Amino acid sequence: MTVGAWEAFLLVLHRELCLSFRRPEQLFQPLVFFLIVTTLFPLGLSLQLSALRDIAPGVLWVAALLSSLLSLDSLFKSDADDGTLEQLALSGQGLTLIVVAKTGAHWLVTGLALVIVSPIVGTALGIPASAFAIMMLSLALGTLTLSWLGAIGAGLTIGLRRGNVLLSLIVLPLATPLLIFGAAATDRAISGTSTAGAMYFLAALCVFTCTLAPWAATAALRITLE
Amino acid sequence: MTNDFWSMGGYARYVWPCYGIAGAVLAWNLWAARRYMAAAKLRAARALAMASSEAR
Amino acid sequence: MWTWFYKLASPPYVYGVAAAFMPWLLGLAALAIGYGLVAGLGIAPPDYQQGEAFRMIYVHVPGALLSLTVYTVMAVASGIALIWRIKVGHAVAAASAPIGVSFAILALITGSLWGKPMWGTYWVWDPRLTSELILLFLYVGVMSLRSAFEDPLRGDRAAALLAVVGVVNVPIVHFSVVWWNSLHQGATIVRLGAPKMPGSMLWPLLSMWLGFMLFYGAVLCMRVQAEVLNRERQASWVREAIKS
Repeated sequence: MTVGAWEAFLLVLHRELCLSFRRPEQLFQPLVFFLIVTTLFPLGLSLQLSALRDIAPGVLWVAALLSSLLSLDSLFKSDADDGTLEQLALSGQGLTLIVVAKTGAHWLVTGLALVIVSPIVGTALGIPASAFAIMMLSLALGTLTLSWLGAIGAGLTIGLRRGNVLLSLIVLPLATPLLIFGAAATDRAISGTSTAGAMYFLAALCVFTCTLAPWAATAALRITLE
Repeated sequence: MTNDFWSMGGYARYVWPCYGIAGAVLAWNLWAARRYMAAAKLRAARALAMASSEAR
Repeated sequence: MWTWFYKLASPPYVYGVAAAFMPWLLGLAALAIGYGLVAGLGIAPPDYQQGEAFRMIYVHVPGALLSLTVYTVMAVASGIALIWRIKVGHAVAAASAPIGVSFAILALITGSLWGKPMWGTYWVWDPRLTSELILLFLYVGVMSLRSAFEDPLRGDRAAALLAVVGVVNVPIVHFSVVWWNSLHQGATIVRLGAPKMPGSMLWPLLSMWLGFMLFYGAVLCMRVQAEVLNRERQASWVREAIKS
């Protein structure tokens, strides 16, 4: 029985989501980390919301980046450990398809979760509700881009000792543009000026990454698996 | 070499360390490359010696 | 016409070529840097705005340009190695990385020293310095990834992919940093960069740049020989080569 490409994609996506929800604690960890990190900043700086509002976009974005990085390790690792990844690679369905399904699932449970939680964190940092739409949209685009950058990094660092640290070392410099554009968009939304420029650049970055990263991530997996 | 040259119009403590660092970087590159090459040759010689002694 | 390209895929050929070229490159580099130093420090007149401090340009700009050039060479060599499976490409990439790091550090330190008299602080988030810092992080990532693998070939290939991904990102990072900097434009009265330069100021700069490039070529030759040796230890030509 041969399975078509679209069915294969859905099967892998479904599998990833099932596996993720089987351990709900693991889903909450990045979110809790997100909350903790954003709490650290007011504790370290100031309790005045007006002062926090100035640095809020940056703090929000850095916290989102770090939280996403935490969960990237699990993208390929458990499947690589028990041999499933090699089976998927040999399955005859394109490895790229499988990578897209896995990364898509990862974003749905991590990035999207961050986006949904962000208004809570935003309020804690003094971001006005009027800025929430842009904040959430920019986070959605940014975390999607980051999931793809992370997929490349995760593919390269499967099974390495201290791979997590190396993964962050690799991904963070590549993530600086989306931090810049995302934080700028949120900042402008707060101050009420036009966010179009920043959002267009962020969207362009997202499209660019989503187009090219699947091939790079697949190549990375082939390097580590062969 | 007049005093003007060495004082660099008052900026001497920025200009000369700059050139010093540049010189140090160039020197380090040569030194490190030489050392790396010597280590590589040593390792290659050892590997060849082991291989030929195993072949005997 | 392509025979020289195919020959370059052969490790012993590259070893020999590198050994032969190195002294010439080093000699020419010494000449170019020598002229650049003499002309830059002695002959070029002081700048109208920056005074004698502008002379730091003669080491800062070549260092920065080199760090970018070396990363590009590293990425191109990595791409060639990945696409055509030519291992010599990995040798060139591995050899280039530490050289590039040293130039990036040079650019950052000299940039900082130049910034102090011009802007009053040792560090500002100037777009070029910030991009240079991120470039340094990219270098460190590539080198760390290569050394993290036990299997050297796998390490080479992983680092090569990262180098290629990084080189695509370098213009993006630079653009985003410039854009970000324009949002938060502080009171920078003097640009940390080339003043409008008459010939007597420009020629030493070009000569220093050329000298640094030739120097990179010479050190690359030395390191490539070592990298090739490390990757080809069992081959028969190695026995002859290390006798020298």
